[in-house]
Amino acid sequence: MDFSLTDEHEMTARMVRDFAEREVAPVIKEYDRAQRVNPDFLARMAALGILGICIPARYGGAGMDYICLGVACEELERIDTSLRVVMSVHVGLNSLGLLQWGTEAQKQRWLVPQARGERYAAYALTEPGAGSDVVAITATARREKDVYILNGEKMWISLANVAHNFLVFAKTDPRAEPPHRGITAFVVEREMAGVTTGDIHGKLGVRAGSTGWISMDDVEVPVENRIGEEGEGFKIAMSCLDNGRYTVAAGATGLIRACLEASLSYAQERHTFGRPIGQHQLIQQMIAYMARDYDMARLLYLRAGWLKNLGRRNTRETSMAKWFATEASFTAASNAVQIHGAYGYSDEYDVERYLRNAKGACIYEGSSQIHELIQAGYALGYRQDKPLRCELPAYDPEYWQTVEDTL
Amino acid sequence: MHIVVCTKHTPDTEAKMSVDGAGNISWGESPLIINPWDEYAVEEALLLREKYDGKVTVVSVGPEEAVEALKHAIAMGCDEAIRVWDDACQGADTLATSYVLARTIEKIGDADLILFGKSAIDAQTWQTGAAVARRLGMPALMYTIKIAELDPDGKTITVERLLEEGRQIVTAPLPAVVGTTKGINEPRYTSFIGIRKAAKMAYPLWSLDEVGAEIERVGAAGAAVRWPQVFMPPVREGEAEIIAGETIEESVSLLIDRLMEEKVI
Amino acid sequence: MSNDIFVWIEQFNGQAASVSWEAVGMARQLADAMRGKVVACLFGGEGLEPLAQEAIAYGADVVQLAEDTTLANFRVGPYTELLARLIREGDPFAVLIGATFRGRELGPALAVDLETGCIADCTEMTLEDGNIVATRPIYAGKLMCKCVIPEHRPQILTNRVRAFPRPEPDATRNGEIVRVEPALAEEEIAVKVTGFQATEGGVSLADAGVIVSGGRGVGGPEGFEPIHQLAEVLGAAVGASRAAVDAGWIPYEHQVGQTGKTVSPDLYIACGISGAIQHQAGMRTSKVIVAINKDPEAPIFKLAHYGIVGDLFKVVPVLTESLKARLA
Repeated sequence: MDFSLTDEHEMTARMVRDFAEREVAPVIKEYDRAQRVNPDFLARMAALGILGICIPARYGGAGMDYICLGVACEELERIDTSLRVVMSVHVGLNSLGLLQWGTEAQKQRWLVPQARGERYAAYALTEPGAGSDVVAITATARREKDVYILNGEKMWISLANVAHNFLVFAKTDPRAEPPHRGITAFVVEREMAGVTTGDIHGKLGVRAGSTGWISMDDVEVPVENRIGEEGEGFKIAMSCLDNGRYTVAAGATGLIRACLEASLSYAQERHTFGRPIGQHQLIQQMIAYMARDYDMARLLYLRAGWLKNLGRRNTRETSMAKWFATEASFTAASNAVQIHGAYGYSDEYDVERYLRNAKGACIYEGSSQIHELIQAGYALGYRQDKPLRCELPAYDPEYWQTVEDTL
Repeated sequence: MHIVVCTKHTPDTEAKMSVDGAGNISWGESPLIINPWDEYAVEEALLLREKYDGKVTVVSVGPEEAVEALKHAIAMGCDEAIRVWDDACQGADTLATSYVLARTIEKIGDADLILFGKSAIDAQTWQTGAAVARRLGMPALMYTIKIAELDPDGKTITVERLLEEGRQIVTAPLPAVVGTTKGINEPRYTSFIGIRKAAKMAYPLWSLDEVGAEIERVGAAGAAVRWPQVFMPPVREGEAEIIAGETIEESVSLLIDRLMEEKVI
Repeated sequence: MSNDIFVWIEQFNGQAASVSWEAVGMARQLADAMRGKVVACLFGGEGLEPLAQEAIAYGADVVQLAEDTTLANFRVGPYTELLARLIREGDPFAVLIGATFRGRELGPALAVDLETGCIADCTEMTLEDGNIVATRPIYAGKLMCKCVIPEHRPQILTNRVRAFPRPEPDATRNGEIVRVEPALAEEEIAVKVTGFQATEGGVSLADAGVIVSGGRGVGGPEGFEPIHQLAEVLGAAVGASRAAVDAGWIPYEHQVGQTGKTVSPDLYIACGISGAIQHQAGMRTSKVIVAINKDPEAPIFKLAHYGIVGDLFKVVPVLTESLKARLA
């Protein structure tokens, strides 16, 4: 069993780390304090090809594998969660969803500009009244000849105010039995009449990130924009989450690492009772748990990435990675603040930002409670994965890296 | 144009360095990286290739680990990489290393321009580029902060060298050795295409025979300088005397008293 | 082999580099121990006689003076060629060169010509068993190294700026000035100097006896104003941490640290600089370090000799005014 990362994985991690350290780290605190998004970060990630990192070159992407997506997210969130959130929605939830479920024409039309970073992508499932209870969404999509008329409001949407393309889930059949069969997926473009978006401020964390709402008022969406079949939306939404959650797991791992690095550094600098605090056992205990949780979180997300590379269903493993890493990152951040003492309570140091950022990940992309239920379901056999009509393609370097279609 | 960039691998700048009783230097688990100063040289080579067309070859004299530096340079966009090594090359000083590098560049044969980083962050002698230039009988244009003009056909180059007092502007014929300094450019990140190329590439190893280097002139055998002892610098005891007067004026006054006692003002 | 110590005297526009006098001081010690002479080598365009006299006052017994248009601007080619010739003639025990930019390109070129070793950037030199044992920093000063050239002569060493004390000049000293001819004609020299642009204003960081530096705490380009004013009162150079340079508040020429300049002034005043390891690497050998920082936990306070915890925008102007009064 070979646990090592390839040169490509290591060099990808290095490149993303260099970018985040040089261009984001020096200024991120200002943006977080001001609750402002720096549009340059997205533009730079686009220019460097990071927004299309694991999309095949034939669809405008960088042609790297799914593990590269994971290590990139780890490096991005190590600097700030807002960078990784971009990857979660643009790449994980939206672009990989198109790669899995889109027709060739749809991939050419939306995936290519997204992978190139020419258009930014978001994922609109959650509503003010429906989060965990997906089936309770009330957005509707009424078919009229060649269009669907969409109405409804989505909330807590990352990149709401900056994205161009939204993967929206709405009910084509509000009275379907079972109800989840009434949901359908659509690509809604910002330019369409009836689309409005707005920012949400006052979040506890991810303050340098764009979060908002999108409102649809009789938006006419052509039939060509429907992803998959009518009634397939729920399955599509769930499989998109397999990829979004993966980036969250990888990112949370980076957050644990950031907490660990900050704590190690501080433990060696700060002296109390005549010695560096790293020599006090209760500090050591907190650090030991951080080190343990980093290793565990990393192994879990890399396993999920490995399964994706093989084209194997990984809902259980990805859920496990996300659940563990996010909860562990919140604990790590809390302990990092504790280790820093009063300085941890001030935004002079980064650890209070890590704590505020960590909490969000325990709530979105499946709250920790949802994941507990998922894991129990798998363990007890109540939950079994059935094959999907479309699966996320296994990573094939030849296919991913050649631009011309040789068929 | 054929541009050759000389590089080496070093520990990360943030590595915690230590030395044991036997003089073995260690950098903990910090990864080996391309010498940061060399990135400016690689970037300059790539910019020149973009402007004048041609090829960039990156060269390193080093053991297996040196491939890390070569990989990074390829991932930034260099065309080819060459490593030269023999275990006899261990223990080299500038005299011995520059000898092997000069032989290698002669073996390559058609280099128009040879670029170096200013210094390696390990031994920090700043000497290798100047020594190689002297061996090759080429102009040595160290501390270049700008290549102002380059005429590949007319075979001339004009550079600005950053010295203590300002910039010396010099013109020289090609081929020449240019030592780059920070500020000459902003090194690019590796690209995904470059990363894939670097990962797939085989890195050829040239032997001393292949470059025509005599074994007595390499490594410890060919070195003039020896370093019998490496040690940690003495730890400064104590901390700063924090001057805390009642008012800022008082603190400042006390500080000036101290500085005058120290005879530094 | 003679027991003489050669010293290359660097000059620019008729002004000697201070580090060359420091080298003469060290050479004097070595020559006295070896019972040899100190031979200064001074090259340039013209008008260098006063400098030659200064060299004698600082401790040289002989000055080999070459004045020629081919040597008016420093070029490593002709300077190496001439110095190598003088060394072959004089066969000295060692050659000391100040570890300036020019010195550090001259040293290795010379070593190649003479097939000997050059030990760069030395901070200490002692004589042991017939060899000079030199100490020098490596890995940005995280480690130190003792170096020696046991089997090759002459031993070439470049001495770090301000690492050795500058001797007291003695105008009553006697010495001999010997005029020498350059080794190359202009046609034989490939590199041509076509111009020089002096760095705008201010004392050069490398030579400065006092440096006032600003870091992230300065907050912006305007924040360097109080730093400049303090520097002016002290006749100091202005330095900066990497944070300030990377943020674009001050040009790279002012950067002190691992990827900037290494300085060793008598007095280094760090304002709003946290004192990360990389910055320390560039200034840790300063004789006296003063730190002014809001954060009492800043690492710089572990390195500094004196510190004031406070807002630099309040402390530095008061320091400037008080110094104006006290130094008047």
